[in-house]
Amino acid sequence: MWPIFDYGRFVSIISSSDVYGVVWMRSLAQLHKMANLRVLVGVKRVIDYAVKIRVKPDNSGVVTDGVKHSMNPFCEIAMEEAVRLKEKKLAKEIIAVSCGPAQAQETIRTALAMGADRGIHVEVTGKSIDGDNNQTGQMTAALLDWPQATFASEVTKENDHLKVVREIDGGLETVKVTLPAVITADLRLNEPRYATLPNIMKAKKKKIAKHKAADFGVDLTPTLEVVGVEDPPVRQAGQKVESTEELVAKLKDSGVV
Amino acid sequence: MAALLGSALKAGRFARAGVRLFCTNNAATPKITTHWSVLPRDKDSRWSDVDMERVSDEVDVCIVGAGPAGLSAAIRLKQLAQQQDKELRVLVLEKATEVGLHTLSGACLEPHALDELIPDWKDRGAPLHTPVTEDKFMFLTEKRAIPVPILPGLPMHNSGNYVVRLGNFVRWLGEQAEELEVEVYPGCPVTEVLYHEDGSVKGVATSDVGIGKDGAPKDSFERGMEFHSKVVIFAEGCHGHLAKQLYKNLDLRKNCEPQTYAIGLKELWEVDPAQHKPGKVEHTVGWPLDRMTYGGSFIYHLGEGEPLVAVGYVLGLDYSNPYISPFKEFQRWKHHPAVKPTFEGGKRIAYGARALNEGGFQSIPQLAFPGGCLIGCSPGFMNVPKIKGTHNAMKSGMICAEAIFDKLTDENLQSETQGVFVDDYEQRMKDSWVWKEIKSVRNVRPSFHSPLGLYGTLLYTGVFYYLFRGKEPWTFSHGGADYKRLKPASECTPIEYPKPDNKISFDLLSSVALSGTNHEGDQPAHLTLMNDEVPVNQNLGIYDGPEQRFCPAGVYEYVPMEDGKTMRLQINAQNCVHCKTCDIKDPSQNINWVTPEAGGGPAYNGM
Repeated sequence: MWPIFDYGRFVSIISSSDVYGVVWMRSLAQLHKMANLRVLVGVKRVIDYAVKIRVKPDNSGVVTDGVKHSMNPFCEIAMEEAVRLKEKKLAKEIIAVSCGPAQAQETIRTALAMGADRGIHVEVTGKSIDGDNNQTGQMTAALLDWPQATFASEVTKENDHLKVVREIDGGLETVKVTLPAVITADLRLNEPRYATLPNIMKAKKKKIAKHKAADFGVDLTPTLEVVGVEDPPVRQAGQKVESTEELVAKLKDSGVV
Repeated sequence: MAALLGSALKAGRFARAGVRLFCTNNAATPKITTHWSVLPRDKDSRWSDVDMERVSDEVDVCIVGAGPAGLSAAIRLKQLAQQQDKELRVLVLEKATEVGLHTLSGACLEPHALDELIPDWKDRGAPLHTPVTEDKFMFLTEKRAIPVPILPGLPMHNSGNYVVRLGNFVRWLGEQAEELEVEVYPGCPVTEVLYHEDGSVKGVATSDVGIGKDGAPKDSFERGMEFHSKVVIFAEGCHGHLAKQLYKNLDLRKNCEPQTYAIGLKELWEVDPAQHKPGKVEHTVGWPLDRMTYGGSFIYHLGEGEPLVAVGYVLGLDYSNPYISPFKEFQRWKHHPAVKPTFEGGKRIAYGARALNEGGFQSIPQLAFPGGCLIGCSPGFMNVPKIKGTHNAMKSGMICAEAIFDKLTDENLQSETQGVFVDDYEQRMKDSWVWKEIKSVRNVRPSFHSPLGLYGTLLYTGVFYYLFRGKEPWTFSHGGADYKRLKPASECTPIEYPKPDNKISFDLLSSVALSGTNHEGDQPAHLTLMNDEVPVNQNLGIYDGPEQRFCPAGVYEYVPMEDGKTMRLQINAQNCVHCKTCDIKDPSQNINWVTPEAGGGPAYNGM
């Protein structure tokens, strides 16, 4: 859904929610060691996770006007990991990027306060919330033909690659990825730091570059149309039975067995 | 002789209390409070290696609270600075992560102050979309509704006023302030007032972050920031926690009565369009409350496109029966036959609650002191019979700003203290229309405290207020603080509340979920107890735990311990909606509400 564009020597990945991509300056970087990593972190402004979501009366979508928004918690975790890489001197620059309406700049400012060096805001009109699609990181890697390590709960540097422990249904999986790579964050990766007031005030001086998708020759005409959004069905009350026989009888009555 | 005996008895009591303190940690009472405001960190070994230095910044005026009063003061300061070509750095600190997120009110706005502050508010898109078209007042009995005529001149008459979503209005005010280059920092709760050596206010400090539930520092611990200013404007709204400290430390309430309060609960409903009448304002008194319990409801129909109705219930916190649950009174009131049709076929989309001040004229404290001023609902200028306080709050902010501006730009200013004492703010307030207004209604609320109860108030408003408009030479007293009014549970009858039907009335927890409130779990509870033993011994023992009932968010629960016999108090701090009712109504005055870590609190949307 989100396109990529070549922007001079700097390949940018426009992403949303749970991605951070590791970008490598082409010719120069190959000569340098890992310390020259530039990290691109996608940060997305979404409805705050504690707010009760409400479907619009016309079922066209979800109410977002005036609703409390925050940075997606997984984006906070991705940002934190990037800042830790920089503190360990493994990364030299962190760029926070967000595609969204004007208020997305507040989210970028929070990322700057956490430790990003500069920001990129691509103005995209139209409403968006976190669709929980779990596709951005994967699609980005595929389009770039880069390796991916998703649901990362631990990232360590080993020589010229990264060792990533992934959370999977069966437990933990450890993979090795060469750089550049796309990594997506899971809950246990770290506990993000707070964007404190002195840092928020300092972040006001950091730059946010503003762009429109058209600047990169990208066409955002949707190829997907949302036909309707509905509340989940109201949970019906269960029935309590006294014995196994009664249970089987009820199941038979309802035609389930 | 009696005096000597008295002081000996007092000494004995103190000695016994001292002994009790040492014996406090008996195994039966689990430790509840871990907040540093009760357990100082300089005596805590876990903090001995932590750097407690704070970054500080200098501003001209620091305002605590981005509500109608705080933002009006900020806007007025910058307007004056622009007009007179002066540089003034004005900063507003707000605990909510977005301006307007913690704002809750009816509301029916009287545009008096707004017309003075921003005369072209309509062109600037202020969200005043619904002029009041109809005013209805009813006295309810269990089955019937008796209409009461609202004649022009009675305080509830609403012509010229607007039904608004105050949260949206506050957000718009915030935008106006930022346009004038006021620095607004949401997500910055203020935890401390700072003082100069001479005792004047030096500034404020924002909250630390990264303290664990057990009170120990976490890896993410960071100190808050200090802001030093010539004057701090305290605009925390009803029963602010910093104002509470100031009243005590600076003895600002020695010449006024204690403040009295009410709790206001509110819901937003998407009603059946057939029931929706934009601009309609409806108030009821009477059922389900008895004549000795002060309270009533409001129903305001908004006209902003969607069929939205703001509905709520206000209950005076001077009630005496500890079995009263303001939340359940609200829920059962909705079933009254005169009121129920509004909600049938509708959907409830929001819920919230906040305490309001009702003390008015008799309860205004000293408003200015060296280095600081109090504005808005914090000192309290609400017109109770009108049920409006926003216009007075805004005007107090504006007057304070004008007084401060004149003081700070006075080249010949010689301040005795380092923090500037804006001594003429109080006089300017006394000369303003705010003072005239609240003085004229000063006797309406306290007229309730006669054996006639509510009927006395209705009579008083209808007769004396209508005839004399407050010019009568007497001033009734409120009769003392609200927390003292509770009678022991043994003297009162429990109330049988009906079960919610989940269509019109609801249970507490699903309501709290609609407030969007949340707090980081791993932090000390911000509802602090001065003494962990008091809740079970006194609140539960004597009053049957009234906090379980008056908290509109289910924060307080008495649960049995493992032995099944003794009870303990459980504080579900994450549910808190910052209404301040517990701090006000706790009969033991043992609960001290403080600001939680940045980011917590309700997520009201245009409430």
